[in-house]
Amino acid sequence: MNLDLLTIDAARSAVQERKTSAAALAESFYAKIESDDPKIGAFLTLSKERAMAKAAEIDALAAKGEKLPPLGGVPVAIKDVMVTKGVRTTAGSKILGNYVPPYDCTAVARLEAAGAVVLGKLNCDEFAMGSSNENSAWKPVHNPRDLTRVPGGSSGGSAAAVAADMAVATLGSDTGGSIRQPASFCGVVGTMPTYGRVSRYGLIAFASSLDHIGPLTKTVKDAAIVLRTIAGRDPMDSTSADIPVPDYVAELERPVRGLKIGVAKEYLGEGLDKEIRSAIEAAIQKLARQGCEIVDVSLPHTKYAIPAYYIVATAEASSNLARFDGVRYGYRAKDARTLSEMYRRSRDQAFGAEVKRRIMLGTYALSAGYYDAYYLKAQKVRTLLTRDFEDAFKKVDAIVAPVSPTAAFKLGEKVDDPLAMYLADIYTVTADLAGIPGISVPCGQTKEKLPIGLQILARHFDESTMLRVAQASEKAA
Amino acid sequence: MKVTEKDVAYVADLGNLELTAEERTRMVRDLNSILGHIDSLNELDTTNVPPMAQVSDRYGVDQSKQGSERFAYASREDIHEGLRKSLPHDVALENAPDSDGTFFKVPKVIER
Repeated sequence: MNLDLLTIDAARSAVQERKTSAAALAESFYAKIESDDPKIGAFLTLSKERAMAKAAEIDALAAKGEKLPPLGGVPVAIKDVMVTKGVRTTAGSKILGNYVPPYDCTAVARLEAAGAVVLGKLNCDEFAMGSSNENSAWKPVHNPRDLTRVPGGSSGGSAAAVAADMAVATLGSDTGGSIRQPASFCGVVGTMPTYGRVSRYGLIAFASSLDHIGPLTKTVKDAAIVLRTIAGRDPMDSTSADIPVPDYVAELERPVRGLKIGVAKEYLGEGLDKEIRSAIEAAIQKLARQGCEIVDVSLPHTKYAIPAYYIVATAEASSNLARFDGVRYGYRAKDARTLSEMYRRSRDQAFGAEVKRRIMLGTYALSAGYYDAYYLKAQKVRTLLTRDFEDAFKKVDAIVAPVSPTAAFKLGEKVDDPLAMYLADIYTVTADLAGIPGISVPCGQTKEKLPIGLQILARHFDESTMLRVAQASEKAA
Repeated sequence: MKVTEKDVAYVADLGNLELTAEERTRMVRDLNSILGHIDSLNELDTTNVPPMAQVSDRYGVDQSKQGSERFAYASREDIHEGLRKSLPHDVALENAPDSDGTFFKVPKVIER
């Protein structure tokens, strides 16, 4: 079976109609991973036993002629920040190098309950901290579209695996752009739902008020299928919202004619690469031709998003990462004589440079004497940034914007300049701070044939409109 | 320079990190560069702006109520071993770097 451009419905139907079996399909993906992944580096751990058991279950259903569940037999893979029972989960860090979780992340369990076959775990920046996947403790990921370039981050493995046809769909996580930016760099669809739409239970926490789980897929329809499967209230996560989940797939049928689409000048200004700008402008024109009304909006506090984000995110991270102390699980330094020495040395030896930098920045921002100046200030600015969106969404149904100021950059290009790396998150962090949904959908390529992503943002819990606009752009591209 | 070597040593201590001499020098440079950018937040007057700790404040919350009652939507029955059983003893110890089969083992706690 040709694995290129294989969508969820195509894979499921092939298994349902017994043109192939779920087991054979999984085997073909493993063969593809074995031959192609050495040069890409997307996978950290394969879960063959678990995958083949699930495939056998699906094949038994198909043999009996029963209707397969929505993801029946569909090969997927999971970012290594989501725990998987019995399958090593490292979060891209040495500190969890040998960690085998005793339970499953809710989103993964829901995918499997819907018939998905989990092939393995995907490379990412350590604890999802990074925009290039170069902060993985294990290996960098290479962009399948140009192996000298980064795939983006932190869900670099999740984007690369889909782009290289090594999985039909994957799960990633987004705290400051970590689903949307790699999706744009690799030319796939990356969806961040509203905060609280998908349970975070079993997601190794980076910044709890900003973390989201979402799908990376080849099409907008596949994004709708996966999101419909993983969304909804979970009693194990008290921040998961008790708000009904629409049938996102059915909603895609509704036309976009008459929708008001906002364009924010703050997202098309200085610092944006010219080729990206023209691709975004062309995409806006295509939406206008499909009957959308294009409206200028302003998000006046946008330039304060990065500083606010890097205080809030690191403060939460410094607190969340305090649990890694070498006592109950994970890496422990061998040579410590006392308990406090063991904590320090374990963390020193097993955390990478970026993780240490963020723990330091977050701890500094929360420390006595600086709390009001940094953390409290950033939380207040977070209110202003959220109000910007709330005001804009009184006038429009969705906002379109770039995802990243440039296309995929070269491996090593920004590795020595953390501030430059942070500043490149300018178009993505605000949605995380405000908790609104965002999606990146391919909208052309640069002269160097690097993919460009169009970002679409929508109101809290209105993923339906966001997905509809995304599909309209996808069809026009 | 806002952050000095001394500040870095103090904050590393709070964060349970040691950091090598080389890492400390690098950290002074990086933190100053990042905090320099973060200072732009002071251009904004936020005197009457409430802080936003979490997104869930903005939906599902009954604004007429006070304290934890505002978050009634998120409450659930407190059931012993209801949602998920506690991990069995042996499973809880499976990932332990050091254990005697009953407890997690750690180096000496009281230092002198």
